[in-house]
Amino acid sequence: MTDGKKVRIATCSLAGCFGCHMSLLDIDERVFDLMQLVEFDRTPLTDIKHCGPCDVGIVEGGVCNAENVHVLKEFRKNCKVLVATGACAITGGLPALRNNIDLWDCFQEVYQYEGGLEGGQVPNDPELPLPFDQVRPIAEVVKVDYFLPGCPPPADAIWKFLSDLIAGREPRLDYEMLHFD
Amino acid sequence: MSDTLTIDGKEIPYRPGQTIMDAAMAAGVYIPHLCHNPEFKPHGSCKLCMVNVNGRNVASCTMPAASGMTVLNDTPELNGARRSLLQMLFAEGNHLCPVCERSGNCHLQALAYYLGMTNPHYVQFYPSREVDASHPDVLLDRNRCIMCELCVRASSEVDGKDVFGLSGRGIQTRLVVNAPTGLLGDSALAVSDKAVQVCPTGALLIKRQGYRVPVGRRMFDHKPISVVQTEGGHD
Repeated sequence: MTDGKKVRIATCSLAGCFGCHMSLLDIDERVFDLMQLVEFDRTPLTDIKHCGPCDVGIVEGGVCNAENVHVLKEFRKNCKVLVATGACAITGGLPALRNNIDLWDCFQEVYQYEGGLEGGQVPNDPELPLPFDQVRPIAEVVKVDYFLPGCPPPADAIWKFLSDLIAGREPRLDYEMLHFD
Repeated sequence: MSDTLTIDGKEIPYRPGQTIMDAAMAAGVYIPHLCHNPEFKPHGSCKLCMVNVNGRNVASCTMPAASGMTVLNDTPELNGARRSLLQMLFAEGNHLCPVCERSGNCHLQALAYYLGMTNPHYVQFYPSREVDASHPDVLLDRNRCIMCELCVRASSEVDGKDVFGLSGRGIQTRLVVNAPTGLLGDSALAVSDKAVQVCPTGALLIKRQGYRVPVGRRMFDHKPISVVQTEGGHD
C-alpha cells in the first residue's frame, strides 16, 4: 500500500484492557515478518506520546473520557486508514456495562464503599481526564474505515487483516476468524 | 401445474398448505431466520426471512407456497437488508457478546457471522432494561431479548402455561411475566419447560450451566448457522 516503503502503523488503547494489543503480540514469530513490512509510530510498544502521519491506525477500546476523544481525533487526523479493533472500540464493550449506572454511583462504589482504599476519596486531580457519563463506540466520534471484531480479535484474524491491508487487498476474514467473543 | 416453485433458480417441491420457508427447509435450502422455529406457528416479525417473490419482498415464514413462484433468497440485496435488520437489533438492545453465556450458541450472533456483520452501524441505544434473577433455575435478562415471542409461543402452545407475553409498544416493548409480582420466580415456569429451551439469544438462560462448553467449541464457532440448521435440522 506504500510502494515499497514500510507501512507506518500507530496503535492505542482507549477504554480497553490492552487485550487486543496482547492478541497482536500473539502472532508469535510472524512478528518478524511483520517488522519487515511495517514500522511503528505511537504505540504502547514504542512509548511515542503523539501520533505522526501514519498509514494505519489501530484503535482498541471505546471512548470513556475527554482524553480518549483527543487521542482518537489525533489518530483520525494522522492515519490514512483507521481500524476499530475489538468489541470495545466497535460497540463500547464491557466498559459500556456502566452506561445505565449513574457515574457518581460508580465512583462511590469503587472509591468509597469498596474496602482497602486509603482515604476513601474520589480522585479529583485536575490532571485526570474528565470521565463521560457513557462509554461510546469510536465510530460515534470519528469516521472508521474498518472494523475488526472479537474480544480480542484472534491473532490469526489480526494477521490476516494486516497482511491483506499491507498487500493492498480488501481485508477479508474467513468465517472462523469473525467472532464477537 | 405441478406443485413446485423455484428458489434462486432451483426447483423445489411443496405440499399445499406449506409456506415458502417450510418448502425450503424440507428441500435443505437455507433461508436466514430468527423468530421462526418450525415447531411453532409462524410469527413473521423479525423479517430476516424476507425473500423476493415475483418482484415483491415477503416474509417467507408466513407466505404460503404457490405454484410457479420465482423466489430470490441468497442475493447481495436481500442479505444487505437482512444485515441492516440485524444491526438495528444489535443497536437497540444490550448485546455484549463477550459477557454472554449464549455466545457461540446464539442465533442472533450466528446470523451476524453468517451475514458478515462486523459492526452495529447505527448509534447504540444502551437501553435500560431489567434483569430478573428471581427464579431458582432460570435467568431472564431483558437486555438480550429481541421480542421474537418464541418463549411466548412455546409457553402457550407447548407448556400450556402462558408464562410470557409482550407488553408496551414500539421501543418500549418488553417481555413480561405472568405472575402477581411480575417476577419469574413467582410464575409457573419450570426449568424443563419448552419456553426455556427456545430462546434464540441469551435472554433466557438456565442457571449453573455457565461455560460447561468452552467458548471456541460451541454450535456456531466453526460452522455457520446455514450449515447447522440444514444439516442437523433445527436445533
